[in-house]
Amino acid sequence: MTNGSSISLNQLSLTIDGNEIVSRIDLHIAAGEFVCLLGPSGCGKSTLLNAIAGFLPSGGQLRVADKPVSGPGIDRGVVFQSSEALFPWLTVRENVEYGPRLRGMAARQRATLADHYLSLVGLSHAAEKFPEALSGGMRQRAQIARVLVNEPSVVLMDEPFGALDAQTREVLQREVDRIWRATGCTIVFVTHDIWEAILLADRIVTMTAGPRATVKTIEAVDLPHPRDPADPASLALYRRLRDDIGAEVTRVRAQGLAGEEIAA
Amino acid sequence: MTEIVQVAPSKQTPLRLGISSRLGRIGLAVLSILCGLFLWNLASQHTSPLFLPSPLVTLQAALELMQDGTLLQAVLASAARIASGWALGVVVGIPLGIVMGRFAPFRQFLDPYIEFFRFIPPIAFVTLAVIWLGPGEAAKVALIFYTSVFIVTLNTIAGVQAVNPLRLRAAASLGAGPVQLLTTVILPSTVPFMVTGARIAMGNSFLTVVSAEIVSADNGLGALIWTARNFARTEWVFVGIVALGLLGYLFDRLLRIAVTLLLRRYQSAI
Repeated sequence: MTNGSSISLNQLSLTIDGNEIVSRIDLHIAAGEFVCLLGPSGCGKSTLLNAIAGFLPSGGQLRVADKPVSGPGIDRGVVFQSSEALFPWLTVRENVEYGPRLRGMAARQRATLADHYLSLVGLSHAAEKFPEALSGGMRQRAQIARVLVNEPSVVLMDEPFGALDAQTREVLQREVDRIWRATGCTIVFVTHDIWEAILLADRIVTMTAGPRATVKTIEAVDLPHPRDPADPASLALYRRLRDDIGAEVTRVRAQGLAGEEIAA
Repeated sequence: MTEIVQVAPSKQTPLRLGISSRLGRIGLAVLSILCGLFLWNLASQHTSPLFLPSPLVTLQAALELMQDGTLLQAVLASAARIASGWALGVVVGIPLGIVMGRFAPFRQFLDPYIEFFRFIPPIAFVTLAVIWLGPGEAAKVALIFYTSVFIVTLNTIAGVQAVNPLRLRAAASLGAGPVQLLTTVILPSTVPFMVTGARIAMGNSFLTVVSAEIVSADNGLGALIWTARNFARTEWVFVGIVALGLLGYLFDRLLRIAVTLLLRRYQSAI
């Protein structure tokens, strides 16, 4: 059981190639919390996640476990949307053992640890296969195991099930929920799927459409697990979130049309 | 003269033309060779042997050259030069390509030289190589090294620059430092490009060895081809050409077998 870490974003702005992608975001995520970042495409959700992962400079405005983030680290594991993040020249087991091997862990200990996490994600039977022999869902499970083996206090998931079919996505959503309870880590989960956010999150953070995106609303999801989409409270929350995001899309579209008219 | 191949070899689905079995493929290859020999023989019937010796005359010449040991000696001399010059080119080209691909200032510093020399064929350096290194083995090996090192370096640079940034990020978040990123992500990702570079370099090494041996050698297949002129033995030229083709095929096969045995898992790295 790992303990989660808190994440603090204090007036965080992120600029890429001179464009301010997200602007002045204030957000505190408690240790062990499951937070979903929800918003229209291009609103900077993934940019925010990349900053927490340490892939982007955050100018000290971002702290994990009260320490400023200055680069990537094993305390923050990242599950990417694309399974190309797996190393195709390594078997699933070797991918999972990658982190412990870097730390110089003995082979036997490494194998035991990998066995545990492969079993946790239901991949024990495919341990000796190469990623190219796996289905999309299995590859994402392998990514999750590879991250968990490092026992991170924060797991960052960037639309991890975005490329999967609906059935596989549903199974993996349940798995993530189970793993989160088993490990106690903090999870920040980026998605554009409103139901996915409702099924998983303690809190849902919606963002305004970019550029200069910021936090629009924060909804606490106070519903019992496992969550039921047919529950009236879930439906009401779904409608609120849909309207919030819909309003952003409409606003951006109106701005775009106005811009086009001016240009014309 | 130097080419960069951006696309590394990948697993290809064999073109199915109705005959997909191994036996069928070999059968077609044998048939093709027999057709070639038939056409060669047909053409040689209507010309002087000095202009175009027949396959049989060429075979007799090969046996003659084998009996006195000339052919074996020539093959071994050329093979040794190619193997050593090429291996040296690969051994130097791979680390050079990795450093140049990874560190932009280093690449920018060496870029003018790379861009200049890649257009100068090795044959242009034959005279200089003999003046600087003497008429011995060193000059020929150096020329083959020159021809190999550019191809391997340029392909390796292309490979390093094609490394999927997602894998670098994944490795960094799993705890890899700069050296570990190089050894555990960049190096394996670049293997298909290195292999492609090494194979093209092998082909070009054959071009270079013949040029170098024609100009400055008393043994080797290039020298054999050139000496034939003095004795008016056109069939020796054909023996030399056939031997070069077979040697090239053998070297490429050996390289492919070695790659399959040792580097198979890296072939899908891109």
